[in-house]
Amino acid sequence: MYQSDRAMCPDRQVMGGQSMRTLKWTQAIVAGWVFSVSAGPFAWAQGVVGAPHPWEMGMQHSYGPIKDRVIELHNLVLVIITVITLFVGGLLIWVMIRYNSKRNPVPSQTSHNTILEIAWTVIPVLILVVIAIPSFRLIYYQDRTPDPDMTIKVTGHQWYWEYSYPDQGNLDVESRYVHDEDLKPGQLRLLDVDNQLVIPVGKKVRILTNSTDVIHSFFIPAFGVQRYAIPGRTIETWLEADQVGTFYGECNQICGQDHSRMPISVRAVSESDFKAWVEEAKKAASMSHLSKIASR
Amino acid sequence: MDSATDAHTHDHGSDHDHKPGFVSRWLFSTNHKDIGSLYLIFAVIGGTVGGILSEIMRAQLQFPNNHIVTEGQEWNTIITSHGLLMIFFSVMPALIGGFGNWFIPLMIGAPDMAFPRLNNISFWLLPPAFVLICIGLVMGESGSGWTLYPPLSNATYEAGMGMDCTLFALHLAGISSLLGSMNFIVTIFNMRAPGMTLHKMPLFIWAELVTAFLLVLAVPVLAGAITMLICDRNFGTAFFDPTGGGDPVLFQHLFWFFGHPEVYIMILPGFGIISHVISTFSRKPIFGYLGMVYAMVGIGVVGFVVWAHHMYLSGIDVDTRAYFMGATLVIAVPTGIKIFSWIATMWGGSIEFKTPMLWAIGFLFVFTVGGVTGVVCANAGIDEAIHNTYYIVAHFHYVLSLGAVFSIFCGFYYWIGKMSGHQYPEFWGKVHFWLTFAGVNLVFFPQHFLGLSGMPRRYPDYPAAFAGWNFVSSIGAYISGIAFVVFLYVCFRTFTSKEHVADNYWGEGATTLEWTQTSPPAFHTFLEMPRIS
Repeated sequence: MYQSDRAMCPDRQVMGGQSMRTLKWTQAIVAGWVFSVSAGPFAWAQGVVGAPHPWEMGMQHSYGPIKDRVIELHNLVLVIITVITLFVGGLLIWVMIRYNSKRNPVPSQTSHNTILEIAWTVIPVLILVVIAIPSFRLIYYQDRTPDPDMTIKVTGHQWYWEYSYPDQGNLDVESRYVHDEDLKPGQLRLLDVDNQLVIPVGKKVRILTNSTDVIHSFFIPAFGVQRYAIPGRTIETWLEADQVGTFYGECNQICGQDHSRMPISVRAVSESDFKAWVEEAKKAASMSHLSKIASR
Repeated sequence: MDSATDAHTHDHGSDHDHKPGFVSRWLFSTNHKDIGSLYLIFAVIGGTVGGILSEIMRAQLQFPNNHIVTEGQEWNTIITSHGLLMIFFSVMPALIGGFGNWFIPLMIGAPDMAFPRLNNISFWLLPPAFVLICIGLVMGESGSGWTLYPPLSNATYEAGMGMDCTLFALHLAGISSLLGSMNFIVTIFNMRAPGMTLHKMPLFIWAELVTAFLLVLAVPVLAGAITMLICDRNFGTAFFDPTGGGDPVLFQHLFWFFGHPEVYIMILPGFGIISHVISTFSRKPIFGYLGMVYAMVGIGVVGFVVWAHHMYLSGIDVDTRAYFMGATLVIAVPTGIKIFSWIATMWGGSIEFKTPMLWAIGFLFVFTVGGVTGVVCANAGIDEAIHNTYYIVAHFHYVLSLGAVFSIFCGFYYWIGKMSGHQYPEFWGKVHFWLTFAGVNLVFFPQHFLGLSGMPRRYPDYPAAFAGWNFVSSIGAYISGIAFVVFLYVCFRTFTSKEHVADNYWGEGATTLEWTQTSPPAFHTFLEMPRIS
């Protein structure tokens, strides 16, 4: 390594202008290719898109096992609370119609009914038990990665995300939002990024969050996944994309000026595409590393 | 004008009800009714400024890529100030300082609070605190959210005096609450008229008593947390800085240990008011008085052991999350008991639909909606998908901006005749109610949809998919703003009305002691103790 370094760039003065320009040009080509590969719809199958829809009233469509279960539990709870709200609303309307002063000029003075008081204590407890059982099951399922296939370290910065791949040779990707003036047709404002978080489809990916400055939150609705990124603390969660596609998220803990401008974009690709992407990304990274040495 | 050194040798009997001069009366007050009025006026001012901020916020959020508030830091400061003003300078002064001071002595038959001068300093700590919050707002340096989490709130990321002013403002407001609460507790325990045992106390008094205990136990923890933050910011400590061995999550524990009881502090007095109004306008005693009392006590006690449901995503252990989830779900039980008891009070009654009753019935409905979405949020698994989204914003605004605020207006319409001697115009009171009801539901119901589909909170700008419901929500905000102007008109019409009201202008349903006094009551009331049978 040292010898080829010396051959390329023994000391500052020796690396001539032409070699420098060639090196930088090569680096630019490779980097450009890696960037386009990672953002590239033309390089991979398009797949599904996990993003919010206009006038959406419910949770975003699930593209992962955790979100499947979140939606299931939420549906159960939503039915229960809707029934309760309609019941209370119905009682109120009935009471207003039947017991208004014109229809009921003489009020009763009843202020106790033991059976009723026991019923409206015990029945809510039973309803809560019905909710609590699947709810406890869900948090234990979400908690630790069941046999992770790989790990990604997610680091929050003001105001961008950094994704590190320790299992793939410490590959590092910085992900920033695409500014309005740079948006290409079909890109989503405030959701699309320059470098996506690329993962293999169908694999259990352990996520470890951290931060270098303030608290951020790594949040991807399509996977039902969210954890704070806190400096000085590593927090584990996991996700799995069950289809090839692009899945958007946003920073979800107030972190300063550009809190609303650090979205997350996950690209789930086939395993072979993922391996290819890792190779290219590592090459581009080492090219830019070498050029940094060359330019000293 | 009386100076402090004059000995009061003459008797302020009710036969020559003379009031002190202006400065003595309003700056050096020792009269619970005047201090209550000061708090109520202050709450209207705080609510107006907080409300203007919310109109600015909704105007910015009406469209994506809007240009009313363009700087993220400016936005963050506006939302922080909105939250702090509404909580500490509007809802709490109205419910606790305002109605609490006015009606605790009147309802228990006491001539004043146990410590009348302490009462005065409790109020006068608030205007300087308000000024300090406004300094933070104007300087644009309090951009952490009302939750003040470090590291964002520490000196590295929020440099400058503005954040320190905000923190000091909370210290002043905290001391105000502590002194006021101690006053309430001593008064309620020691100065009830003979015959009024604890189990004969009006429910509003019980509500204020539980609230006062919550304040006494919770506010010092906030004070500790913000003192540690001030030290981190200014004196080189590292309580919350991991590079110095500290932990940002420690702040979250301390803050929410205060923060969760705080939300019960904001709603419990409202529960008390609703009980009185429903009983009065149904002309029936409250159903299940003891159940109501112990539901409030239960909510207060359990409210202290659920704080980390605000921290499900901060890296706390799964077993810890399981505990806090279970404990949080438990609170639904006493709250449900109260809702059903209020309905049972109306059942068989003879209901008059005057404006206070409209607010109370509206409260029952909107508080139920807010309460059930709380059950959704309590589930840590679901919370992973909705934490910090607009679902949470919708939930807490339903219980606060609809629940607590409805109870404040309910109390206003119920008691304004008693406090001022003039009645509100019934037609305009109803207009105010219906406009507000329509407006606030339109603002906050669509926010559930935004949250479920993933829109984060504290964002000044958002992806285009969220535009639809945001537009609807903003229209609701403008309607609510107009409704508030109607409220100001109602106040104007009330205070300029020529008619005077009777001692008890609500009739047989109004059974508590304040209705035995004139409207307005004498400057000093209950100079002779009433006896309760």
